[in-house]
Parts: sequence; C-alpha cells; structure tokens
Amino acid sequence: MTASENIRIFFRDSLGLLSLDVAFEAPMKGITALFGPSGSGKTTVLRCIAGLHRARWGRCEIGSDIWQAEGYFRPVYERRIGYVFQEASLFAHLSVKNNLLFGMQDKNEDRMQSFSEVVRLLGVEYLLNRMPIKLSGGERQRVAIGRALLSGPGLLLMDEPLSALDTASKEEIMPYLERLQASLDIPIFYVSHDMNEVDRLADHLVLIENGHVLASGSLAKLQSDPSLMLASRPHAAVSLNAEVVSYDSDFKIARFAINGGFLNAPSQKLEIGDRRRLKIYAGDVSLSRAAASSSTIDNHIPVRITDFRETEPAQIIVFMALGHEGSGERLLARITKKSWATLGLDVGQRLYAQIKAVELFRRSDQ
Amino acid sequence: MNQTIDTELWRPIELSIALAFITTALLLILGAPLAWWLARSKVWWKEAVATLVAMPLVLPPTVLGFYLLIALGPNGPGGYIASLWGGRTLAFSFPGLVIGSLLYSMPFVVQPIRNAFEAIGDRPLEVAATLRATPWQSFWRVAAPLARPGFMTGAILGFAHTLGEFGVVLMIGGNIPDQTRVLSIAIFDYVETSQWALAHMLAAGMVIFAFIVIFSMMIIEKNVSGSRE
Repeated sequence: MTASENIRIFFRDSLGLLSLDVAFEAPMKGITALFGPSGSGKTTVLRCIAGLHRARWGRCEIGSDIWQAEGYFRPVYERRIGYVFQEASLFAHLSVKNNLLFGMQDKNEDRMQSFSEVVRLLGVEYLLNRMPIKLSGGERQRVAIGRALLSGPGLLLMDEPLSALDTASKEEIMPYLERLQASLDIPIFYVSHDMNEVDRLADHLVLIENGHVLASGSLAKLQSDPSLMLASRPHAAVSLNAEVVSYDSDFKIARFAINGGFLNAPSQKLEIGDRRRLKIYAGDVSLSRAAASSSTIDNHIPVRITDFRETEPAQIIVFMALGHEGSGERLLARITKKSWATLGLDVGQRLYAQIKAVELFRRSDQ
Repeated sequence: MNQTIDTELWRPIELSIALAFITTALLLILGAPLAWWLARSKVWWKEAVATLVAMPLVLPPTVLGFYLLIALGPNGPGGYIASLWGGRTLAFSFPGLVIGSLLYSMPFVVQPIRNAFEAIGDRPLEVAATLRATPWQSFWRVAAPLARPGFMTGAILGFAHTLGEFGVVLMIGGNIPDQTRVLSIAIFDYVETSQWALAHMLAAGMVIFAFIVIFSMMIIEKNVSGSRE
C-alpha cells in the first residue's frame, strides 16, 4: 500500500474551549473509529472531513483526492461523502422514499438497482411511503443511513449514529451496521464514545482526547497497547478476526482459526470459511502453567507474556501474544496480584490461556 | 344603475385586488431572498436592515406617505423614473401605489418568512449539502418547502394589509377613479358623501372576503401539514 492510498488528516483550529490539533492516517478500507469522551473534538474532526466546518489550518487527503489544503477548500457538496448525523435528520417534508432518493444524482436502471439493494439491506421496504414523523427512532436512523449510501459516497462518515437511540433500537440497528460493513467496499469513519460499538465494528482506531490524537492504529494493536488506558478499562477486551475451520453440529461448536492458534465457541450453524469477529474480555481469561485437560473451559491456548500493568484494586492486566513463540494475536488477561505473585509470573514466560467465553460478531472482510 | 354599480363598486374592488396581488407577488419574490439573508447572514449590521424593514409597523401611515410623496414626486427619484416614459411623477398613479404598498407591507411578508427560515436551523441544509445539493438546490428543495408555512402566513398578511391600507394610499394616491381609487378610499368617500348603501355593500363585502381568505388558507394549511404526519 502506498501512502497515496491512505486517508491523511490534519486539522488545527480553536473553537471556543476546544483547541483542536489532530493529525492521523487511516486506511482506505474498513471502519475507522474515532473514539474519545464527549467534548473531545471527534465530531468536529468528522465535520472538518465532511467540509461542514472549515478548520483554519488543515489538510485532508482521501487517497489521491485532496479536499482541503493550504488555500484550497472543496465545498461540502462537491465531496463524495455520505454523512449520518447523530439524529437521523430526515427531511420532514419528504416521504421516506423521497428522502432516500434525494441524493441520487441520476435515476437510471443501475442506480435503481442499487436503490432496491440498499432498501433491502437496511430493511426499510415497508416504510417507503411513510412520512418521517411516523417512524421510530431506529427506523429513522436506518433510512438516514440508506439515504447517505444512495448518494454514492466514496467515504461514509457516521457521527454516533446509535447514541440517540435506546438500547432496543441500538440492538435493532447493529446487525444492519455489521452487514453494511461486510458488503461495502468504501472506507467508513465512525465516531463513538462507546467502546462496545468500537470493539464490535472497528478495524482501525483513532483515540481522541481534548482535541488531540492520543493514538492511532489497528484496533487490535491499540486494544492491547500497555501504554494506553484501553487495556485497563473495566471491560477491557480484544477483538480478533477469525475464520471457521470446522463445525461440530452435535454440540454446535465452531472451531475458529486465528493468527497464532485455534478457538472453540458455541454458535449457530456456520460454514467452513465463514468469517467472524471474536471478542474476548480480559476478565474471561485465566492463566495456567500447564495445558489442563480436564476442565469445563474449552479453550486452552499457548501464549507468551509480553508485558503487564498493575491496576486497581490489586489486579494485574497481563499482555500476551498467542503461540509459545509469541508471534500471534494479542490477548489480555485480568488476574489478581496474588495469583501473579503465587505463580511467579513474569514477562517472557510461556503459559496456557484458558478462555471462558468468546463473543461472536459478524466480521468485515480484510 | 348598472353603469353606476360597475364604476362605483366594481372598479375600486378590481383595483384593490390587483394592487394586493401585484404587491404580494412582488414581495414574495423580493422578500424571500431578503428574509433568507436576514435569517442566515452573520454580518453585524443585518439587524439594522431588519429594523428598517420593520419601521412601517411603528410609523403612522401618514409619515410613510409623506416621505413617499416626496420621493415619488416630480423632484424625487420617482419623478426621474416617470420621466423615462415621459411622465411627470409617480405620485397619484397606480405604479406609485404599488411602490408604497411594497414598503408598507414588507414587514408583514418578510418577518414570517425569516422566522420560518430560522426555525429550520442549520441541520437540514447541512444534510442537503452532504447529499451533493448545491446551495441553490438546497434552497429550493429543502429550505423553501420547509418554510412553506412562513410563506403562507407572509402571503396572507401581505395581501390583507395591502387590501386594507388607507393612510399611505390616501397620501400618495389620492382618489382618482381607475387609477388610485381603491376600496378603502372608496368606502371613506361614500361615508363622507353620505352614500351609505354603497359604503355598506363595500364594507360588508370586505368583511366576508377577509373571512373567506383567512379561513380557506387555514383549512389548506391544516390539510397540507396534516398529510405530513
């Protein structure tokens, strides 16, 4: 991959209390999450990328396409984006169908084909003739996503599309987002302050705090970076991309290949070759010196300790790499300081990680 | 008698309605961009412009009429414009009445449209821009339709106030049949000359007309906004 195939962002501006100074790169594929606390400036970054806000100093390159540079600013309506706002913001005077058609430049056969596809993908067929005011929050957001997609974007920008929704509506939309991620081949920027969404959806992560980029890199790398707070948060976890290698239909257990080992997890029927995202919480991982064979825990994987951090109260976050050579994916375990001392653990040691639970999600294509 | 009714009743009515229609149409065309600018511009002096637009609300019609009379007269800009087609003055003429009505009725049209534009907020226009709509398209496809209630209100108020204006018309138009003798002037004239029957007919007609216009607009508005739900 050459540099010009990346998205390269630099914005500097001062807005009220926030002084914004961000610079990062992101790949031209998959979901890049902009994560940070409220008021950290992540929405502003997204608005700058869209051109809804013009940063006083900035440079915005989408591959070889330059949207902002010194003395140059491409207006919003000439940028090939799709933007999903926090509130659906449907046009109140237009039906769902006309909302969806709003951004479609020409309505030839090809485009109408993609219209039916998007409508099906987001499950909004039955809403087409309704007015926005008659829709539930989740339905509105789905229409808003469809509307953005149908404008034929080269980059999809989503500003906390789930945060205005209740838990039920969030769960209603999540599967659509995951399907979207799998079926779209354009890059997506996804602003969120909910790490659960990020763990589930993102491929790449940009951590933003106080108007600055704290770290930027692949999700897996940042999740297991000892210098970041992500690994010490209460529900710290790693997301692993996995492929099904076998399926035991008697016990409904799928066996997944990941970089550095195999994992078993209960699942509905999966085909060999199916891709899933696995999420493993640090709290669901325990460590042992031997590969225990008689245990209710299904997964014992050889690992090598790469680092550790103390955290409150009297706990240790252990950073590991899969495989005794330590060349595979990263894994986290949360154990007590007492276990750490009793077992005499230290960096470089080879152990077995016992993984009690694995969450399964759909996975984007790499 | 038929002849009398025609000239005494119908001509003032026709003139009034023509004046109100032309004024309202011009105000919608000129007032919409002005209202848009007042709603969206960030320049500090826009409220000064808004104040100028609103002045007729406060000024006695005679004051407005007095200045208009000077402006439209032979020595004012109106006289210069009239000279272009060989006239002497715009005062005491139908075009003069239109100009006066434009100024007098402007706040009634501009204010509701400005409020409607402001009520839309930035968001729908931002959405339109992210969907590749140019500012011009955003205005026509999003702002104008969303501000429709404001346009309706502005049109009704502008029409009604033009129809009902008396003071300014009297000052700059006088009472010339077929030229400036509009309804309100005719009623005043009939009362002055004790022609009560004619005054009654015109006055009652105005009451009924005003009721029908406002009532039907309300019904239309209710139906239109009802279909949105």
